[in-house]
Amino acid sequence: MNSFQGQTLSWELKDGVIELALHRDPCNEIGSRTLEELEKFVSAMEQMQNAAHALILHSTLKSGFCAGADLRELYHGVQGMEKQAAARGVREFLERIHKVLNAIDSSPLTTIAALNGVTFGGGLELALVCDLIIADKMARFCFPELRLGLIPGFGGIPRLKRDLGNAVVRDLLLTGRSFNATKAQQVGLVSQVVGEGESLKAARGTAAQLGKFDRRTAIAAKKFIKPIPYEELKREIDIFCELFTQPAVEAGLKKFVESKDAQPYLP
Amino acid sequence: MTDDKKTLEEILNLAASQFKVPREKLTPDDDFFKTLGIDSLQALDLLTRLEHHFNVEIPDYELQGVSDFRTLASRIQARL
Repeated sequence: MNSFQGQTLSWELKDGVIELALHRDPCNEIGSRTLEELEKFVSAMEQMQNAAHALILHSTLKSGFCAGADLRELYHGVQGMEKQAAARGVREFLERIHKVLNAIDSSPLTTIAALNGVTFGGGLELALVCDLIIADKMARFCFPELRLGLIPGFGGIPRLKRDLGNAVVRDLLLTGRSFNATKAQQVGLVSQVVGEGESLKAARGTAAQLGKFDRRTAIAAKKFIKPIPYEELKREIDIFCELFTQPAVEAGLKKFVESKDAQPYLP
Repeated sequence: MTDDKKTLEEILNLAASQFKVPREKLTPDDDFFKTLGIDSLQALDLLTRLEHHFNVEIPDYELQGVSDFRTLASRIQARL
């Protein structure tokens, strides 16, 4: 399936580049519908990648790339459930999302995240599976999970450790603060910072450049330099599910869902 | 003009321009969420613009409980 128009995302393969566009209002929160469509995408990607050399992930929403997991869906989904049953449901979701993200991470395509605005939590984790991050100057990065009594659960910690120095990982994780694209580039997370609204254009230019090289060589190089931390990723799921049964999580989710702010992303 | 006042004036001008509110409608002690009609996502957008404008980095947790321009200006001034 070389093109698809879904409720939360769409994709198209053109001139050797697959563009995966996220477009779920208000800010591409990742819930069950997005997960289903991502699974559909991964299945199609495995067919399309024989005719492609690059994949660009981007958002069509001005609000940002992705604000993370759909916390409202999560909160309402576990209401009334016994804690262990809720944890089992969460584990199932996490295992599915990990399968999707691992597939993109290990894809033979060279992958580019073209970012704008809020790139928080699961959104940052989605960006981290890509080989290159190009961010417009209004992009903002954060792992706010500690505010909810959790750790990132979509593979963020092992992948951040893969890419950055441990001091930056500790800063992001333990303070739950956000930082902008300039800082993200300084610490090595972002490879290019571009003008507001220009990240997709820059990503397309980079994808065109990638198409000039021998595919087999590019695939071998990527496999050599980008290990997938499978054991740590599994351990992250275990820790997340252990933490999920703690009272702090229900309190954190409740606070988020009951906030009078339509989009409560300040710490 | 003192540095604090200059910083405050620049913030008010930037906020007015970004959120298309007449500059004369903004005063230093206004609640910027209410006056600009913004939510916390848009407040982060404002924070990013202010960081770029003043070339500073402001941990967003320093803005906890901050809702007026004057206090925001003092947080930024402390980083200059």
